[in-house]
Amino acid sequence: MSAREEPALVVDRLTKRFGDRLAVEDVSFGVAPGEVFGFLGPNGAGKTTTVRMLATLIRPTAGTARVAGLRLEPGNGVAIRRRIAVMTESPGLYLRLTVAENLAYFAGLYELERPRERIERVLAAVDLTSRAHDLCLSLSKGLRQRVALARAMLSEPAIVFLDEPTAGLDPVASREVHGLIGGLRERGVTVFLTTHRLEEAERLCDRVAILNTRLLTIGRPDELRDRLFTKTLVVRIAAPLAEPEAVFAVPGVDRWRADGPGRYLLTVADARVAAPAVTRALVAAGADVLSLAEAQHSLEDVYLELVDGDGGGAR
Amino acid sequence: MSRRRIAAVVRKEVREFRRNRFVVGTMGVLPLVFLVSPLVTIFRVPDSASGTQVKAAVGVISLLMLIIPVVLPPVIAAYSVVGERDQGTLEPVLTTPVPAGELLLGKAAAAFLPSVGLAYVIYAVVLVAIRVGAARVVRAVVFHPPELLAQLLFVPLLALWSIWLGIAVSTRASDVRVAQQLATLAGLPVLGFTSLISFQVVTPSVPLTVGLALALLAVDVAAARVVARLFDRERLITGARGARPVRRARSATRATG
Repeated sequence: MSAREEPALVVDRLTKRFGDRLAVEDVSFGVAPGEVFGFLGPNGAGKTTTVRMLATLIRPTAGTARVAGLRLEPGNGVAIRRRIAVMTESPGLYLRLTVAENLAYFAGLYELERPRERIERVLAAVDLTSRAHDLCLSLSKGLRQRVALARAMLSEPAIVFLDEPTAGLDPVASREVHGLIGGLRERGVTVFLTTHRLEEAERLCDRVAILNTRLLTIGRPDELRDRLFTKTLVVRIAAPLAEPEAVFAVPGVDRWRADGPGRYLLTVADARVAAPAVTRALVAAGADVLSLAEAQHSLEDVYLELVDGDGGGAR
Repeated sequence: MSRRRIAAVVRKEVREFRRNRFVVGTMGVLPLVFLVSPLVTIFRVPDSASGTQVKAAVGVISLLMLIIPVVLPPVIAAYSVVGERDQGTLEPVLTTPVPAGELLLGKAAAAFLPSVGLAYVIYAVVLVAIRVGAARVVRAVVFHPPELLAQLLFVPLLALWSIWLGIAVSTRASDVRVAQQLATLAGLPVLGFTSLISFQVVTPSVPLTVGLALALLAVDVAAARVVARLFDRERLITGARGARPVRRARSATRATG
């Protein structure tokens, strides 16, 4: 984000309480224009509530936000909704209307110029031109999700909120939706993606935030991994070492432990420094090295580490 | 107020009604009942009938004609909000720039046009039938100008009242069927008012009719405002009332527009 460019979203200590239940607590983050931002968390963590607050559907109990450059306040509801689009978890289509009629309705609500052209364009983008005059009732779940995405793109919003866009879809349909989200990124649209599919977030998002009523962490997926987990080298050799403590006493290795016969886990500060030294030491010790690799932690590991360790949240 | 957005809502609603068998069935069958029943009653009245008999028969017709705008619109109006919530279409609509007032006005117009259109068509058919085949004594009472004016003015105004009532129930109900039943029931007290005129307990005169019509219009406008206030986005989405700020003075309190 350049210094001049205003963030697409700025959220400051946003809180939502429903009666005695705290749904979202003191959540703060910013999203840059054009960024694909993942919002992760277990069921009941407050993801949808946060989206609804930012989309002006429900009122925050406390905190402030700026959405697409506008302050989240009563007088700005219509103006904010003009600049955003929300794809809810359920596609929310009028099943007795055709695909084109559904889109025409929303084009009318946004008062779009040249609605027919816009509808043709978004239908082409989601590859549904041939189904334009089919009743939505006749579409599969995956196709309905594509129509909902077309509807979200119709007004050319600055920010698109996608709430669990692949929930309940099969892998092929999910992959198609991922492709469409990639298309939004290419157009420079800011995407706010709530999901609990971690591989989806890892694949699509520039940054992710993990929420469990309150914000647990935020950053790039690789940053979060580095921040949360020590670097580990996994060594596999043909036979166990006679004196492993002597072999692994090399620069860069902080500690080590055996993890099965001929398998060792080495905690290192920097894998690029430690790996060559460990290789040399193993060869010098006459070991037959089968493999030596850095252990990969997925976003799922990060998520589970944070959410499982967080006693106070939802779930 | 955007006419384009309201027109979009009306177009969408009418398309949906046309493809909804329940709505089409109700809008088709009920008016037939209201058409056949008064004609049978009226053609039984002989020229020799007493003034009381004629008044009673014409009163039934008049009442039935005024029941149509009270009974038909809630079928549609009661569905308008809770029906959308049930099928998951309400939230996407509420994320668009359409203000609550325009959305409700569009929904009310979509219920108003077919109901009032049908009521007028049925009334016209009844009038023609009476003109052609009813006894002279009946014709003299039916084609009484204040009576005709009352029908013309009260039909749309009663329909509007029923529609706002239906939408009001729809914004608070949890189920479509419950909303439709409640809205129809809630509209019934109005029939007391229409009965007074139909059975000429209150003899309609032009000034009285116009005065009552203006009073009904004022009630309709007030009802529209009340319904717009009842339309709480947060309540509709989450089932909970909108929160009041409790923690910081700078908090955002109402983010709807």
